[in-house]
Amino acid sequence: MLLLLTLQVIAALVAPALVRLLGRKAFWVLALAPASAAAWALSWTSAVQRGDGPTETVEWIPSLGIELTFRLDTLSWFMTLIVGGVGALVLVYCSAYFTTTASGLARFAAVFVAFEGAMLGLVTADDMLMLFVFWELTTVTSYLLIGHYAERKASRRAAMQAIVITTAGGLAMLVGIILLGEAAGTYRLSAVVAHPPQGTTAVTVAIVCILAGAVTKSALIPFHFWLPAAMAAPTPVSAYLHAAAMVKAGVYLVARFAPAYSSDPTWHGIVVVLGCGTMLLGGYRALRQHDLKLILAFGTVSQLGMMIVLVGLGTRSAALAGLAMLGAHAMFKAALFLVVGVVDAATGTRDLRRLSGVGKTLPITALAGALATASMIGLIPFAGYVAKESALESLHDDPAILAAVAVGSVLTVAYGLRLWWGAFATKRAVAPAAVTESDVSLGDAAHEDAAPAPISHPSLLLVWPAMILGALGLAVALLPQLGEHLLAPYANTYPSGEPGHLLLWAGVTPTFVLTLAILLSGAVLFAVRDRVERWQSDLYRGPEADLIYRRFMRRLDDLAADVTGLTQRGSLPVYLGLILVVFVLAVGGPLLRTTLPGHYIPWDDPAQAVFAAAAIASALLVTRARRRLKAVILLGVGGYAMAGLYLLHGAPDLALTQVLVETVTLVVFVLVLRRLPPYFSDRPLVASRWVRLALGLAVGVVVAGVALVAPGARVHLPVSADFAEEAVTWGGGKNIVNVTLVDIRAWDTVGEISVLLVAATGVASLVFLSRRTGAIFRAQDAQRDRAVWGGSTDPMAALRAPEADTPVSAARDREWLQAGRTLAPQRRSIIFEVVVRLLFHTMLVYSVFLLFSGHNAPGGGFAAGLVTGIALIVRYLAGGRYELGEAAPVQPGLLLGLGLFLSAGVGLVALLVGGSVLESWILDFHLPVVGDLHLVTSLFFDVGVYLVVVGLVLDILRSLGAEIDRRAETGEDPVGGGASERIAAFRDDA
Amino acid sequence: MIDMSPNLVLVVTIGVLFAAGVYLLLERSLSRVLIGVILIGNGANLLFLVAGGAAGRPPIVGSGEGPMADPLPQAMVLTAIVITLGMTAFLLALAYRSWQVNRHDEVQDDVEDRRIARLAARDERAVTDADTDMSTETLDDEAEQARDETDRGAL
Repeated sequence: MLLLLTLQVIAALVAPALVRLLGRKAFWVLALAPASAAAWALSWTSAVQRGDGPTETVEWIPSLGIELTFRLDTLSWFMTLIVGGVGALVLVYCSAYFTTTASGLARFAAVFVAFEGAMLGLVTADDMLMLFVFWELTTVTSYLLIGHYAERKASRRAAMQAIVITTAGGLAMLVGIILLGEAAGTYRLSAVVAHPPQGTTAVTVAIVCILAGAVTKSALIPFHFWLPAAMAAPTPVSAYLHAAAMVKAGVYLVARFAPAYSSDPTWHGIVVVLGCGTMLLGGYRALRQHDLKLILAFGTVSQLGMMIVLVGLGTRSAALAGLAMLGAHAMFKAALFLVVGVVDAATGTRDLRRLSGVGKTLPITALAGALATASMIGLIPFAGYVAKESALESLHDDPAILAAVAVGSVLTVAYGLRLWWGAFATKRAVAPAAVTESDVSLGDAAHEDAAPAPISHPSLLLVWPAMILGALGLAVALLPQLGEHLLAPYANTYPSGEPGHLLLWAGVTPTFVLTLAILLSGAVLFAVRDRVERWQSDLYRGPEADLIYRRFMRRLDDLAADVTGLTQRGSLPVYLGLILVVFVLAVGGPLLRTTLPGHYIPWDDPAQAVFAAAAIASALLVTRARRRLKAVILLGVGGYAMAGLYLLHGAPDLALTQVLVETVTLVVFVLVLRRLPPYFSDRPLVASRWVRLALGLAVGVVVAGVALVAPGARVHLPVSADFAEEAVTWGGGKNIVNVTLVDIRAWDTVGEISVLLVAATGVASLVFLSRRTGAIFRAQDAQRDRAVWGGSTDPMAALRAPEADTPVSAARDREWLQAGRTLAPQRRSIIFEVVVRLLFHTMLVYSVFLLFSGHNAPGGGFAAGLVTGIALIVRYLAGGRYELGEAAPVQPGLLLGLGLFLSAGVGLVALLVGGSVLESWILDFHLPVVGDLHLVTSLFFDVGVYLVVVGLVLDILRSLGAEIDRRAETGEDPVGGGASERIAAFRDDA
Repeated sequence: MIDMSPNLVLVVTIGVLFAAGVYLLLERSLSRVLIGVILIGNGANLLFLVAGGAAGRPPIVGSGEGPMADPLPQAMVLTAIVITLGMTAFLLALAYRSWQVNRHDEVQDDVEDRRIARLAARDERAVTDADTDMSTETLDDEAEQARDETDRGAL
């Protein structure tokens, strides 16, 4: 079975290519896919009869107990035959139905075959979750097929309606399946039906939910309206999905669970009330339609109702009748849709008020239609008759249902006759189609009176599928025992009632008399069709179900908009405030009930009080600062105080890193703040100030409470207790913090440097906008313009010696910094340049030292990268952007990528030599001159970290430093606010 | 086990850092928000150390005698410090961009959210939705327009 399903998937995948290659002839090839399914089912007939059809199980997610289980019993066999047989015929029909130039044919073919495969899976799946998956696949493919003509509003709406309703039902069904599966302890469909859990509320809810799936899928009231609307789909889709196959899924589901649950009163009530109601409403509405497809659609709704009642009722005889009806309906309804498609293609209309004389011109089509109609209205000796006869016979004990079925059958007779009459009869009252049709219609040919247009007949290919289905409806009726023999094994799994029979002639029984009466009444109802139509439209003028649905959806939209308007205020302070309030309540609440520790210490070291006071004072002053620069400098003071606290706590690595980061942060702030207004705007939130203050205090108190309680809350030995030993043994280093970063918790560090990489890229792209980064500024490109940081006019210009521009000799031209002369003269400081010249390489050497010694002493990749970064900052501050380009003539992206590659990539090397990812290897070897070398492979990891940090700082300098400088000098940064500046800002980046 | 008595000076510092940070975080100016985030970050880093236990000697093997400070929170805080640098740079780049486009660095309310709320108050559509379309077209009218691209030439 898996093989068969795989074949369908392959067919669906190659369908587009095939259609492009062969045009519409590809449908012939594709028809082989469903045909193979039908043939496969046929080959198993005798085994299925004996009750040992094939079963296949493939473990899928063993830990969740989800398996791909397929099983072919009588019901599945029967459904497979219908799905495969009708599918093949409809695909053949498609090959002649669509024009060779029809749009979207490739997609249509693929989705159609995919639907067929999903349907096949649906009827053979023995796992309830798999059943659900296939169920939803049919919903999705049905959506795509209904919306095939996506440019039409009606198509889109119908498709949306169908998917919303059937998916809602499908989700309810999923809930039911899970409830049932959990109650039964298995998701195996056959096992659940064999030993159904009973009696609990959960089971009742599950039944209702599963029936909700069936009711929506099979278009029962109150959800019936999606099916007539779905007639916006191409006619072959209507014939296959919305008559023969997909809408039968609900019937299939009910038939599956009926042996287990038909005795449940909830089940019985839903099935009977909704089934009978649908049967009557559908038939009633069908009498008043003018579009042939709509008559068929409402007819299908009606008969789905009848089938659900029959297979859901729970008696064996009704079940047998229901299955017979299922088969008969698949044949005649598909045939009728195909016939309507022929008429539509031949005349250009499906409106029965505009059709006349079609039967005379297209006699074979009319015959096929007649065969199918006869079966539909239950004429002897057709399949529909046998099925209906058996149904009436089986309902003897249920007079109410019998009456409903009888009335439904009368309606069926009436709309069936009306359909055939409407499509094929020559109507005196109706003008020939050719007269009303303005474009060149084939209706012309349908009338002898019409102009001598070439008399054309539909391709026989278009008629034969319907003819085959119609004739089959006759053939199986002549052998009713065979049908009974094949279907009875499933009907007899029902718990109650006598086995039913399928008979062509049972003598003149009360049922036969009833059938005659039905036919007669139906004929009378047909005869007075015009009056019925008028009477119907007078009787009820209220909204139809479709309109009620749309109103409901509109209310739902309104509600959603209201909820969105209420919750999504679009204000950052409001969102943050909410989060913080929740934090205060959720953390503060439990904190109130916690016993505070009995013993406090004021400090570990009195010096802590000094640094803490500095941190507190700076934090308080920062909140009061109105000037940006003041706030930032105060922040920096607090940051350095933090470094002191770290050091006193016994964390020299942290202290080192904090000092370095604080320095870089200060520079970054200043780089950006020079562009921003010097003062914070006065406007913000004076009114809410007290609220913010209160919330801040509340959060502060709660967090302080956490800090008070947290140290004493520890009940286990810290995970780091063994780190010291592990660091030396496995990591080969004495600095535990560093070994933790590059070895013990190296995965975390990989994640963290990835964040740095993203942040650096984000900074660059926010400044450069359309590029990753700008060009590297080299000193020789800028020899002529000595204007970097020009700004104000040079107050000393008059005093400067003019020879500055004309080098006297090479020796005197010697510069301390390579790009020093690119600066505006008033910006140069010779002392600064000398200091930088002396300092830069020293800092680089120091950073390399930190990098290599970090494994055993404070330092490491982070600190080393920051020191190098500060060295670059110093070069930039002393010599401007050209100096930066001279100091680091590389793109930061290269450093970042290389760093991440070294850290993560080298970690993978361990995998190659048989270790785990990021495992360290300690190598000790002797080099002739250098001496003994102790090399730990995690050093490469640290080098990667180093490169990423350098890349980050370089990215910051190049975007927030160099690029903003360049824009300030060229005047590219906007001066006023408004659209033109925005455009300018974009242009300069393009 | 490590001495678990809370250190009051650090506890107070943490509380003040958080309070001041939240006060600034709820501002509109992006640079003040950023300063608030950094203050909260400092507070959180300190909280990590405090929760990890009392002060001790540096977690370097062979750095002396006596109890060692817990190295794990230190490793976490170390990366947190550096990541804060990355985030600071990113937010400052945002502030610069905001200044470039709007001439200020204030975080404004989402205009789209406001628009949705306004429309919802008036029960107007924010989007066109065919599913709620109230056209009076009947099924018959729609069926009239639904025509397949059928083959007429082959008849």
